[in-house]
Amino acid sequence: MLRFILKRLLSLGLSLIAASVVIFFAIEIIPGDPARLMLGINATQDAVDALRSQMGLDQGLLPRYWLWVSGLVQGDFGISYTYRVPVAEMVQGRVWVSLPLALYALGLSTLIAFPIGILAASRRGTWADWLVMGGTQLGIAIPNFWFAMLAVSLLAIKYRLFSAGGFPGWEDPFLAIKALTMPAFVLALPQASILARVMRSALLDTLSEDFMRTARAKGRTVRGALVHHALRNAMIPVLTILGLQFSFLLAGAIIIEKIFFLPGLGSMIFTAITQRDLIVVESVVMLLVFAVIIVTFIVDITYALVDPRLRRRP
Amino acid sequence: MKKAFKMPGFAIGFTMATVFVLAAFLSFFWTPYAVDGVDIANKLLAPSGTNWFGTDHLGRDIFSMVMVGARTSIAVAIVAVGIGVLLGVPLGLAAAARQGSLLDEVIMRGNDLIFAFPALLIAILITAVFGASAVNAIIAIGIFNIPVFARISRGAALSLWTRDFVLAARVAGKGRVRISFEHILPNITNLLIVQGTIQFSLGILAEAALSYIGLGAQIPTPSWGRMLADSQTMVSFAPHLAIFPGMAIIFTVLGLNLMGDALRDLFDPKQRRDRQ
Repeated sequence: MLRFILKRLLSLGLSLIAASVVIFFAIEIIPGDPARLMLGINATQDAVDALRSQMGLDQGLLPRYWLWVSGLVQGDFGISYTYRVPVAEMVQGRVWVSLPLALYALGLSTLIAFPIGILAASRRGTWADWLVMGGTQLGIAIPNFWFAMLAVSLLAIKYRLFSAGGFPGWEDPFLAIKALTMPAFVLALPQASILARVMRSALLDTLSEDFMRTARAKGRTVRGALVHHALRNAMIPVLTILGLQFSFLLAGAIIIEKIFFLPGLGSMIFTAITQRDLIVVESVVMLLVFAVIIVTFIVDITYALVDPRLRRRP
Repeated sequence: MKKAFKMPGFAIGFTMATVFVLAAFLSFFWTPYAVDGVDIANKLLAPSGTNWFGTDHLGRDIFSMVMVGARTSIAVAIVAVGIGVLLGVPLGLAAAARQGSLLDEVIMRGNDLIFAFPALLIAILITAVFGASAVNAIIAIGIFNIPVFARISRGAALSLWTRDFVLAARVAGKGRVRISFEHILPNITNLLIVQGTIQFSLGILAEAALSYIGLGAQIPTPSWGRMLADSQTMVSFAPHLAIFPGMAIIFTVLGLNLMGDALRDLFDPKQRRDRQ
């Protein structure tokens, strides 16, 4: 197990380094001088040069990459070109909107998907199964931003059923969770549909296994056998999807935040793009990719805990 | 193909998807109204006999715009899937042909790396660097498709490499590249068609999302996602502005997914045995 974790840690480190190189050089090829951009067209060359050296822009590519990465490791994300405040400060307030939103959606997705996936599998071929399969097919096809838009415009603004957006902060956790509920639900809908289908087919796959026949022979009902024996075996594909979903939820949150006016990383990245505040784009993208890679790592480790056979796999 | 049409899922999905392909094709020659015809006097009309889907805030006919928008969606999705297949499949085949080699390792770790960037983040990076346009949206979605196709072709090819007919081809003196293209590729085509259908529908959803947030198709390229973005402030009093483009997206994606699922059942012998 230890060997397995070490191997995974090594590949985690390599992924992070590769990702940082890709992001750094992608941003590096953009034409234009950030120092000139910050000071405006009327600044003297001396002032621009001074700022360039202050920002470390007069150094070569490699030292600059090193500076950026070692800064990241220490939590120093650089200084926003537009606002002249540390990016880390800007990110700090916003992470606590985006991350809880993605986790909330992940929780909802699991809560919705598990029961209906198990239901569909245990009542295979009945109307309940058909309903679940049809409903989830629709859930995958509905663009969640469209759903969110209609929800806000019709349910919130026209009929005033819930608040149309905004975020009151975490001082009152109840209000904060209330504000995140609708966005999280919208975000979770397509993911829950996918997860329910994966759950159903993973459970059905185990039906032909010998241990299931044994369980039935011992007198378990179909549902009893599914819940007590098949569920754990079905967890591998379900976990894979859950891990992938987190990255989709985090990225999808960018759009949903915009619709619900939530002050998260999403709205920040959009403003940064329009203002060409590239250091902010660079840092936020890196942060999101970092989160995705860490989650993949956790999923890999969880696999091995659920299924000991996988520990031996390279 | 005949067998496929006997499956209700495929027949329904195929019909739904074909409606939109035909609409896109027809829009090159004919639309009920000109999509750039501004007619303020008839703005925000509700759906009626003359304007089936109503009109927008500039008096343009929504039905015509949905027809033309289908072009953008289909074009973006086709090219994006094409990028994924053309680059991903050879990479997957190469990795499988040299299983366990450094090449295999490099290709698969490269795939993992792309997977770490959700399509939306790739799009954001590309737009930040090159600016927003439909072409950049295609590239972003296409890049994301590469590892998808590389992974499934490698997986399928690996099991084929152990089969007798491949051994026979090797004994006959064929090289790894020739075997990959002459013997492995034809045997994974079904799998690629299924995955292609699914990625196609994902591409349509992704294009809509990117255009909706302003990172995809720009004015004047018509797009379902942009129509939704334009309608945002008016939905509460003119819901038809958002409902019809949204329904177009749902209809097309649903059709493609039904087709993909039916084809998978048809091609996958394990599932077929299951059903009997």
